[in-house]
Amino acid sequence: MKKEELLKVYKTMRTIRSFEEQCDKEFMQGNIPGFVHLYAGQEAVAVGVCSHLSDEDKIGSTHRGHGHCIAKGCDVKGMMHEIMGKADGLCKGKGGSMHIADLSKGMLGANAIVGGAPPTAVGAALTAKTLGNNTVAVAFSGDGASNQGTTFEAMNMAVVLQVPVIFVFENNGYGEHTGADYAVGSKDIAKRAEGFGLPTYKVNGTDFFDVYETAGKAIKDAREGKGPSALEADTIRFGGHFIGDPQNYRAEGELDKLRAERDCLKIFRSKVISDFDLKEEELNLIDKEVNALIEGCTKSGLAAPMPDSKELTSDVYLNY
Amino acid sequence: MPEKTYTEALNEALHQEMDRDDTVIVIGEDVAGGAGTQGDDVEAIGGIFGVCAGLGKKFGRTRVIDTPITESAIVGTAAGAAMTGLRPVAELMFVDFLGVCFDQIYNQTAKFRYMFGGKASTPLVIRTAVGAGLSAAAQHSQTMFSTFTSVPGLKVVMPSNPYDAKGLLIQAIRDDDPVIFCEHKLLYAMKGEVPDEDYTIPFAEANWLRDGEDLTIIAFSAMVPKAIEAADKLAEEGIKCTVIDPRTTSPLDEESILESAEETGRVVIVDESTPRCSIASDISSIIVDKAFKALKAPIKKVTAAHSPVPFSPALEQAFIPQTEGIIEACREVLGSN
Repeated sequence: MKKEELLKVYKTMRTIRSFEEQCDKEFMQGNIPGFVHLYAGQEAVAVGVCSHLSDEDKIGSTHRGHGHCIAKGCDVKGMMHEIMGKADGLCKGKGGSMHIADLSKGMLGANAIVGGAPPTAVGAALTAKTLGNNTVAVAFSGDGASNQGTTFEAMNMAVVLQVPVIFVFENNGYGEHTGADYAVGSKDIAKRAEGFGLPTYKVNGTDFFDVYETAGKAIKDAREGKGPSALEADTIRFGGHFIGDPQNYRAEGELDKLRAERDCLKIFRSKVISDFDLKEEELNLIDKEVNALIEGCTKSGLAAPMPDSKELTSDVYLNY
Repeated sequence: MPEKTYTEALNEALHQEMDRDDTVIVIGEDVAGGAGTQGDDVEAIGGIFGVCAGLGKKFGRTRVIDTPITESAIVGTAAGAAMTGLRPVAELMFVDFLGVCFDQIYNQTAKFRYMFGGKASTPLVIRTAVGAGLSAAAQHSQTMFSTFTSVPGLKVVMPSNPYDAKGLLIQAIRDDDPVIFCEHKLLYAMKGEVPDEDYTIPFAEANWLRDGEDLTIIAFSAMVPKAIEAADKLAEEGIKCTVIDPRTTSPLDEESILESAEETGRVVIVDESTPRCSIASDISSIIVDKAFKALKAPIKKVTAAHSPVPFSPALEQAFIPQTEGIIEACREVLGSN
C-alpha cells in the first residue's frame, strides 16, 4: 500500500474510534436517546473490508454499525446528527443509531435485528449479478448473527444463486452478554460457513493488514464471478453490548489486557512506523484533524433542531 | 372481450410486465420448477398454482429464479434486490408461510423507506395464495389480511375477479412501495372478461358491484362473489343492496365505504378471516367513528370462526362464511330498524 492510502486508512480507523468515544460521552450526558452499541475495537475489520469497495458496492450492517457506516463513506456529521435524533440527520432523525443508511454510498443500513441484513445483502448481490455491473455486496454480521437462521438461509441462497456476496463475521467474543464460545455450538464460525459450500477465511481482526489482504482476495473473486465467500474475523469490543452495560461478564483485567495487546489502532501505528516508514508526527496530525472533525460534528449536532412533528408520517410510503 | 381465468389473467400480467421492463424478475419456490433436474429447459410446474407458467422458458432462469425452500431468504433477497434496482415479484407459495419470514417482511422490507429517512424505495411484490376451501387445513388456508394491513409501509391487495387480478398485479409491479398481493385459491379457476392489452387499476379505488339503497355489503377476495350472490337473492325479494369490494385494504378507499354507509345506514362486512382484530372489525370501527350518525342499525360482521382452519370439509364449510350467512346478517340488519 502507498503512503497516502495508509494515511487514509489510519484516518478512517481513527475517525471511527473517536466517533465512538464521543458517542459514549454524549450518551452519558443525556445527549443521545435510545440504545447505542459501540464499534470501538473492531475498526480494522470495517476499514480492512471497505477499503476494497466503491460507492456502487453495497453493504448490510448490524446494530453495531457506526464503524461500517464511516468505513463506507457516510457523512460523519450527518451520522452524529442522526444519532442525536436531529432533523438534518442522515435519515432525518427517523432511524437513529441502529438504522443509519446512505444508499448513495452503498450503505444499505445498520440493522437492529440480529441476522436481519444478510438476506438483504444477497439481494443486492443478485441485483449486481442480474445487471452485470461488476459490483459486490458485503453482509457484516457478529458472532451472534452467525447463529441466526436468516444467516444460514442467506448463505445457502448465495451459494445456490452464485451471487457476489461476502459474509463477514466479526467475532468479538460476545453475543450481547453471552460468550461466543458458549453460543456458537461449533466454536468455529468459518468452519460452519464452509458447510454451506462457501470458500471461507479466518483473519486476525485486530490486524488491518490481515483483514485487508484476505478481504481483498474474497472481494476480487466475487467481482470476477467466482461466487460468494465468508470471512471470520477474530476481534474484540472495547465496550459492552450497549453503552451502560456493566460488563460483569468480563474477567478481571480483561479490558486492560485487550487495550494493551489487541488495540487495532496501536497495532496499525506501530506497523506502519516500523514497516512503511510513516512518522509518528504524521499520525498524530491525523489524530488532531479527526478530533477537530468530531468536535465540530458534536457541536453542530447539539445545536441542530429536532424534527418537526409534521414529519411523523412522511416517508412511510412513496405514495399512498 | 376475451374470457380468461384468474390464473391466466395473473400469468398474462407477469408476461407483459417482464416483457416491458427488464428489471422485473420472478423469484420463489418452483416458480419455474425443475432447477437442478434434467436440465435448465424443463419447466416442472410454473409456480405451485401455475401462475408463473411459461415465464421460465420465455425469460430464462436468470430472471425466473427457482429458490430453495427458504422463505426468509426469498423475501430478504427480493427486498435487497428491490432496494438496489430490480423490481422483483417474489412468490410466497402460501400466505401461512409468512410465519417463517415475517421479520424480513415487517421489520425490513416495510420499514426501509421510513428508517432511512425516505432515501430507500423497495418496489417489491410478494404474491401469495390465501384462503380456505381446499381442505388444506390449518397451515395452508389462512388469509392474514389484517396482519399485513396493520404494518405501516406495506400495501395490501386482494383481487376478487380475473379483471381485477390482472390490473391490480400490473399496478403492484409498477408501484414503488412493497405490496402484499393476496390471490385466493378458490378464485384461480374463476373466469371473466380480461382485455389482452396491459392496464392498471389504482389502489384505494373500491369497486361498486351492485347499487342499492337498503343496505351496504362490504366484502373482500373470495367473499365478493358470495356477497353478490346474496345481494342478487335479496333483490328477488325487493331488497336492494349495494356491494362494495375495496380491492385493497392498505391503502383503503374509506371514502367509498363511508359514502355508502351514509347512504344506506345499514352495513354488513364479510371477511373470510378470523374475527378478532380483523379487517371486518377495522372497517366497522372506521364507520362507527366517522359515520355513526348515519347508522340505522348495528353493523354486522360475517367472518370465519375464531378457530384454526379445520381440515374436514364439513368443518371447513362451517368455518368459511357462506352466502346464507350473509343473507341472514342482512336480514338482521334490516330487521333491527
